[in-house]
Amino acid sequence: MPETNSHIEQKPDNLRMYSTLNLGPTHPATHGIFQNVLTMDGEIVIDSEQTIGYIHRAFEKIAEHRSWYQITTLTDRMNYCSSPINNIGYQLAVEKLFGVKTTKRIDYMRVIIMELARIADHLICNSVIAVDSGALTGFFYVMEEREKIYEIFEDICGARLTTNIGRLGGFEQDLHPKTIEKIEAFLKRFPVMLAEFEELVMRNRIFMDRTIGVGGISAERALAYGFTGPNLRAAGVDYDVRVANPYSSYEDFDFIIPVGTQGDVYDRFCVRETEMWESVKIIRSALTNLPEGPYYVAVPEIVLPPKEEVYGKMEALIWHFKVVMGEVNTPVGEVYSCVEGGNGELGFYIVSDGGRTPYRLHFRRPCFIYYQAYPEIIRGCLLSDAIITMSSMNVIAGELDA
Amino acid sequence: MDKVELEKTLRDTFGSVILDVQDPDGILTVTLSSDSIIPLVQFLKDNLSFGFLTDLCGIHYPDNELALGVIYHMQNMKENTRIRLKTYVSKANPSLPTLTSLFPAANWMERETFDFYGIIFTGHPNLKRILNVEYMDYFPMRKEYPLEDPTRHDKDDRFFGR
Repeated sequence: MPETNSHIEQKPDNLRMYSTLNLGPTHPATHGIFQNVLTMDGEIVIDSEQTIGYIHRAFEKIAEHRSWYQITTLTDRMNYCSSPINNIGYQLAVEKLFGVKTTKRIDYMRVIIMELARIADHLICNSVIAVDSGALTGFFYVMEEREKIYEIFEDICGARLTTNIGRLGGFEQDLHPKTIEKIEAFLKRFPVMLAEFEELVMRNRIFMDRTIGVGGISAERALAYGFTGPNLRAAGVDYDVRVANPYSSYEDFDFIIPVGTQGDVYDRFCVRETEMWESVKIIRSALTNLPEGPYYVAVPEIVLPPKEEVYGKMEALIWHFKVVMGEVNTPVGEVYSCVEGGNGELGFYIVSDGGRTPYRLHFRRPCFIYYQAYPEIIRGCLLSDAIITMSSMNVIAGELDA
Repeated sequence: MDKVELEKTLRDTFGSVILDVQDPDGILTVTLSSDSIIPLVQFLKDNLSFGFLTDLCGIHYPDNELALGVIYHMQNMKENTRIRLKTYVSKANPSLPTLTSLFPAANWMERETFDFYGIIFTGHPNLKRILNVEYMDYFPMRKEYPLEDPTRHDKDDRFFGR
């Protein structure tokens, strides 16, 4: 833990007064809509209280009134920095409920998309840490590459930020050769940019002074607070859902899980940097070994029939109507399925009573769970360190509030 | 420890407290009476190294006598096993003991469950609404509350196939 924590032992004498500082809800440094009410002793944070829910959109309630395929679009809006992971995570959960087994081609396509999304998520988080410590240049370097990732998403599904990528049981169309070319071009260019960004920031004396030993948390506290993802790995616990409970054929790929030691801002930064390198490795391997085969599974309950058949065949038209109107046989049961999101274990708990909508759908949002450790982490820190800690935890308002 | 062993250990230790054990999706699902949630979670944490509270959420079955439920997901990271605990309380007396003393992570998750289902976690340090506005006087995730504002007359759900 940082030495700054010793400040908290200094009780102010009667002549000194604490001041209250409202950080948020629309403060540029929060990078989202949530409020921190900080009790300050000069520049030192004594205590803080969080208010969240400013962009609560009742997704769990809405989901209980929508048929299965209409819910994917709600999941976009949770962690909007890496919405394809949310989409595919939800699709995997529903497929688990329906007992659908996807083909290797679907799995590999999903892995490529999810890892691109992870890069986009980590890029923005890491460059924002640099921005909040005063280094704006790196941010502009990485924005260009994030733009390329969004162009790839646009090619695949037509949208950039709120993607609604893929369908239950696969994809609506195959990867276009032009898209594959774009991904290959990205894989050539991106490592150069990332190396440049690291050169600029990673061993920079000012950046290291600002981040090492700041906002640290021990592995025990991190586990108690329900940390997952890069923030937990920075504290030294090698838990990654991709390895612990492989989904979507992640067991086929060779990659390492980076871990830190102190769980501070610098460790989180380094863990995310290494994960991006690993993601590049995974995408390259998935693209080289991309198997042939269908890009959707023919499960009539959830997959729409091909359009040319809908316009020409009565059975296909009926099938199409049944899927769209939600008049299909849904299994009764419950399922918990999780994926490794940008911020950690993104879980989907589904209870189905056989109806056209989920009886209950709960999102385990990693951000919501670990953000409650923030007051403990920043107690005794300087205000500027509190800001940089928040950006290093990658708190996304959409994911906080659901 | 596999699921059969885990079930046996829990049944041996807790006996009649455990009302039902199922395995719907590869996760052992234990339904237990609401007064023994703390000892069972404590036992899982201390003796069986389920040291990680993955998730906590509520559920509402309006037709049941014990209408409100809370579902806990716990995880043993060493052996990579998960367990799901379910407990139900009545709508008239929806109170459960809090897990915040065992897992600090339960704090906000319980607040969220209180916010949406009105389940009162006794002993919780700060049990107030978290995502909804504080002056809200109902619990929106309960099944009797419609999705849209019930005071609106210009939209009839029947016309939208709902």
